[in-house]
Amino acid sequence: MMQIDQEAVSEQIQYKSEVKNLNFFYGNFNALKNINMVLHDKKITALIGPSGCGKSTFLRCFNRMHDLYPGNRYQGEIMLHPDNVNILAQNVDPIEVRMRISMVFQKPNPFPKSIYENVAYGLRVRGIKQRAILDESVELALRNSALWDEVKDRQHDLAFNLSGGQQQRLCIARALATDPEILLFDEPTSALDPIATASIEELITDLKNKVTILIVTHNMQQAARVSDYTAYMYLGELIEFNVTDTIFIKPKNKQTEDYITGRFG
Amino acid sequence: MNNIEEIRRIIGQHKRWDLIFVIAGIFALMIAVLTFMALFAHMLIDGMPRLSWEFFTSFPSRRPESAGILSAWVGTTLVMLVTALSAVPLGIGSGIYLEEYAPKNLVTEIIEINVTNLAGVPSIIYGLLALGLFVYQLGFGQSILAAGLALALLILPVVIVATREAIRSIPVAIREGAYALGATKWQTVFDHLLPYSSAGILTGVIIGLARAIGETAPIITIGALTFIAFLPPSPVKSEFPFVSFEWLTAPFTVMPIQMFNWVSRPEEAFQLNAAAAGLVLVVMTLAMNGLAIYLRYRMRKNIKW
Repeated sequence: MMQIDQEAVSEQIQYKSEVKNLNFFYGNFNALKNINMVLHDKKITALIGPSGCGKSTFLRCFNRMHDLYPGNRYQGEIMLHPDNVNILAQNVDPIEVRMRISMVFQKPNPFPKSIYENVAYGLRVRGIKQRAILDESVELALRNSALWDEVKDRQHDLAFNLSGGQQQRLCIARALATDPEILLFDEPTSALDPIATASIEELITDLKNKVTILIVTHNMQQAARVSDYTAYMYLGELIEFNVTDTIFIKPKNKQTEDYITGRFG
Repeated sequence: MNNIEEIRRIIGQHKRWDLIFVIAGIFALMIAVLTFMALFAHMLIDGMPRLSWEFFTSFPSRRPESAGILSAWVGTTLVMLVTALSAVPLGIGSGIYLEEYAPKNLVTEIIEINVTNLAGVPSIIYGLLALGLFVYQLGFGQSILAAGLALALLILPVVIVATREAIRSIPVAIREGAYALGATKWQTVFDHLLPYSSAGILTGVIIGLARAIGETAPIITIGALTFIAFLPPSPVKSEFPFVSFEWLTAPFTVMPIQMFNWVSRPEEAFQLNAAAAGLVLVVMTLAMNGLAIYLRYRMRKNIKW
């Protein structure tokens, strides 16, 4: 008996999050259909699929971004472990969810403030005012996003003066500064040139040991390069979810294979 | 070959319309610009000789050569102060509420349409409202306070619309970026939306004040005096508590009314006084608009979208 229980527990710990029968509606439009999936702890999971398949919609369920706009409705559960809370539940405050799960957007969206203030904002929202703590957290986040060496002498410059790739790394630093449990990336390199893209991908790979990552990407090579697990979505449904290598080498589903080999999409 | 000749001919024909429009456009523009310049020049020639230090420091008088605009510009300044202090918080507050907090339903929509329509209500209607509400009902009398509040009502729609436009021009990505970090609505508004839209809001406020400064009808309606030879009580006192709000209830006059008074006199010399006062008023308005442009430029320098 004891052994089985322990196994069950360790099984659960591997999962940072479990998605159970998730449906999502924009008004009457059923944008996500009965999705079941898991996020493995401290691993990178990629969401791929053609435009309009619901990847970003799915991603934005994880930080309750849809709550900002009227007429959106969730059904089903996204369980967050280890405390086993359904983050979609009515009685869970979306702000609490966003404090645990950070997000990096498609286009770099730094605030028109200084580099320092951008990174510190998440901490300020949490009521941290002590200069020493802020300084330390900002430095750590900038180091973790491989930006420190480039900006350490000009932390009080405007964030807009950075290049596109640097701005995106700044946004990653901003998301990291609050020590999130899951980091969401919504096509983080689609607005960047190949060199900046490579540096962001390298950074995402490095972050794997620190945080659970869910990344939406248009670019299949990117999914193959960075992720441990891949989910293929089509028309709001999860078609196939497996270890990345399996998805790319031996997909079980014909549709997945067609998409990956470029016959479709 | 034949073909290319034909194409050139057609292009030439079409381009003639560009030329015709340019000429018509310049003509139309000149009508506006030259009329204004002629008016301004006329006022400049008439009024300039009257402009002196004494003109600003003298009360109106029976003798045109010793009459000045002291009570008028002090009155205008104080009325504008009341207007700004009441219209700015009310307008910005309403704008933020409508844009960020109000639920999107029929009631909100009706309010929104009406706010926009209020900007088109003739100013004398605001004067009547102020006369009934502020002067009699609330008992403010024919005072600076009543006039300032009447003009505040007048420019409130301008401030609300400017606030909403300025907030709406902030990209969704910035707003979502703040929310994604766990900010509440208030934190998003106070830390991001308000600071980034301040240039637009300020421009709206100043444009509104520039309109209010020249308003005559509502001020006459609430019963401003046309001949005042004293100043309102000073807001600063030498003994405790050092500030006084007695000036709020004082009778007053403003620049456009002083002008109106002088224009309606038969003597030629008073007409020159009116021109000089008009010159001061126009310069005040232009200065305010200039300030709006400058502030907009300064505050938007760091914002790129």
